[in-house]
Amino acid sequence: MNRRIAISFLCGLLLAGNCFAVDDRAIIVGSKNFTEGIVLGELIRAIAASTGAAVVHRQALGGTRLVFNALVSGEIDIYAEYTGTLTHEIFAQNNPASNAALRELLAESGLVMSEPLGFRDNFALGMREPIAERLKIRRISDLRAHPELVFRFGTEFTERGDGWPGLRLHYGLPQQDVLGVEHDLAYRGLAAGDVDLTDLYTTDAEIAYYSLRTLEDDLGYFPPYEAILLYRAELAQERPDVFAAILSMQGLIDEEQMIAMNSRVKLDGMQEALVAADFLNENLGIEVVAKSSSRIERFWRYTQQHIALVAISLFAAILIAVPLGIAAARWRRLGHIILGVVGIAQTIPALALLVFMIPLFGIGAGPAVIALFIYSLLPIVRNTYTGLTTIPTQLLESAEALGLPAGARLRLVEAPLAAVSILGGIKTAAVINIGAATLGALIGAGGYGQPILAGIRLDDVGLILEGAVPAAGLAIVVQLLFEWTERAIVPRGLRVSTRS
Amino acid sequence: MLELNQVSKNYSDVCALERCDLSIASGQTTVLIGPSGCGKSTILRLIIGLQMPDEGSIRFGGQPLEPARLPDLRQRMGYVIQDGGLFPHLSARDNAALMARHLGWSDERITTRINELAELTHFPTDALDRYPLQLSGGQKQRVSLIRALMLDPEVLLLDEPLGALDPMIRRDLQADLREIFTSLGKTVLMVTHDLGEAAFFGDTIVLLRDGRIVQQGAMKQLLREPADNFVRRFIQAQRSPLEAMETLR
Repeated sequence: MNRRIAISFLCGLLLAGNCFAVDDRAIIVGSKNFTEGIVLGELIRAIAASTGAAVVHRQALGGTRLVFNALVSGEIDIYAEYTGTLTHEIFAQNNPASNAALRELLAESGLVMSEPLGFRDNFALGMREPIAERLKIRRISDLRAHPELVFRFGTEFTERGDGWPGLRLHYGLPQQDVLGVEHDLAYRGLAAGDVDLTDLYTTDAEIAYYSLRTLEDDLGYFPPYEAILLYRAELAQERPDVFAAILSMQGLIDEEQMIAMNSRVKLDGMQEALVAADFLNENLGIEVVAKSSSRIERFWRYTQQHIALVAISLFAAILIAVPLGIAAARWRRLGHIILGVVGIAQTIPALALLVFMIPLFGIGAGPAVIALFIYSLLPIVRNTYTGLTTIPTQLLESAEALGLPAGARLRLVEAPLAAVSILGGIKTAAVINIGAATLGALIGAGGYGQPILAGIRLDDVGLILEGAVPAAGLAIVVQLLFEWTERAIVPRGLRVSTRS
Repeated sequence: MLELNQVSKNYSDVCALERCDLSIASGQTTVLIGPSGCGKSTILRLIIGLQMPDEGSIRFGGQPLEPARLPDLRQRMGYVIQDGGLFPHLSARDNAALMARHLGWSDERITTRINELAELTHFPTDALDRYPLQLSGGQKQRVSLIRALMLDPEVLLLDEPLGALDPMIRRDLQADLREIFTSLGKTVLMVTHDLGEAAFFGDTIVLLRDGRIVQQGAMKQLLREPADNFVRRFIQAQRSPLEAMETLR
């Protein structure tokens, strides 16, 4: 009876997976994982929604490459990008000389670039005012005289062709202590005095907040980064009304307004959706009912997403891993191969595994579920194998000597005797899974990782806790649930220890 | 009933049984005896099919023992090992009923049969719902015997069934066992290393050494006409020390 309850509980969890489902005809807006990108994404979403279209905003999907590829493959329909990024990062090899050349390249992938939105968000280098003053650094070329300075750049800037590698060559910079970190953490390092210099976006709210000096690009290295919208050509043809509305963003936002919006999110802690709604009310007169979600609503959404990620991947892992464990125990040579393969899968760091899934399965909950599934296999396979192979020989032989065929022996004798071990493996997998699922937010899978990532981005401990505390809580609840299941599933005879 | 014809069995390099011929008479109790490692347990394991002979053949009721027919043949044999081999996750009753239930016996038939056997083996019916961990050593062996007898097999194979019990309990169970064997009239093949026990049970004694049968016959025959020096020494070694003291006086 209890078993039946446990099964229906799992089925319920699977149904919760529906919250990932997206209406077929909905327009899907994407955004890169930094504040400005998300604010622009919210603006697109709100304008499109005001025409009555169904719109979904998949926030903070990841870095430039990931989001651009998602657009090319049609997983998203539109996102905000910068001309400089397209010229120097995405199409660096083609080196388009003009916007017209760039448009041609985009057209080959079925993409269209809007007219500029009105502001530039250039790369720049920044130092804290007092240090820059003391070392008399005003221009980037002044840095050549100070090789001891500590540079910390956003991860993308460190890697991108138009970032640090090109800058170093262009100016002949001698600094050695240069590392990539999460961009928002670089700011905090700067404030704490651990870092001397970082890359900035010129619309960053922090420039004023931390009183940073922006160094003059005296040798003209950084290209202009005009904000534009990038979208799929077919969508513009299918939904001309919606696109006419979205394109009203062209020329709408000046640099000051963008800085102000970034600042309201990053420094005042407002939600991006609210900031976007305010801006549209003021500037386009669009009456946007901002969906300010309460903490409880968010909690429920994240909880549903997180449980669905864990439950689906774990359930699938149980279905595959238990038979694999049984096969490994029965045919030892095959067992070595099975245990070896799932063992190797386990050594791939969860983050890397998630990223490997993107080219195969795209972004979102799907690849995250598959990565978590792979991650859950080892504990279950290994414990099933161990549980079955440690059954005393005389019990296996007694079952055989009774005349029970192999299938009945497995069902009536071996499986019940291995139940404690198998269940232990599933419990371990579940707890690992709950933790690893928070990384799913990196590829747009939602769940408790989303507030954690947003909290890191916004330097908001409250937000981080909004994800971290429920994740820990869920792990405890699942642990308790398993202890309860154990009582239902593990035979009573294995739990009695004293003679009565 | 059971016939071994030129049966050999090797474990890696060690020879457990070498070209062994043995014929077990129907309705009698045959005891296999000998020092550790002489191959006596191997004979039981070959008959129940837990192992296959390397050479030679085994016949059960005139038919050769083949892997494909083992599940059926095993239902005609009952097997009891030293510590009972009871499944710890099942109660005494469920241990006994396991195979019958698998064969689709009705609950009523199972209950009747278990009660009948509990009475026969002097196992208290109110203890039937206990788990093996809650039973004493003697009780476990009685349950194991009930399980072995459940399908009313033609042959009982007992591998040192009393080996792990303390002397008092062992004595009680010995008496009960002999009574059961006599009343059921089954073919019994028992392994022991205890000469007294062999004498107590055995219509025929088979003495083995290093995988070969050294002598077989009634106990009296072994005592009176030992086949060789080994038999003489084996018997001598197991004479009760108390008896030896009697003679000295």
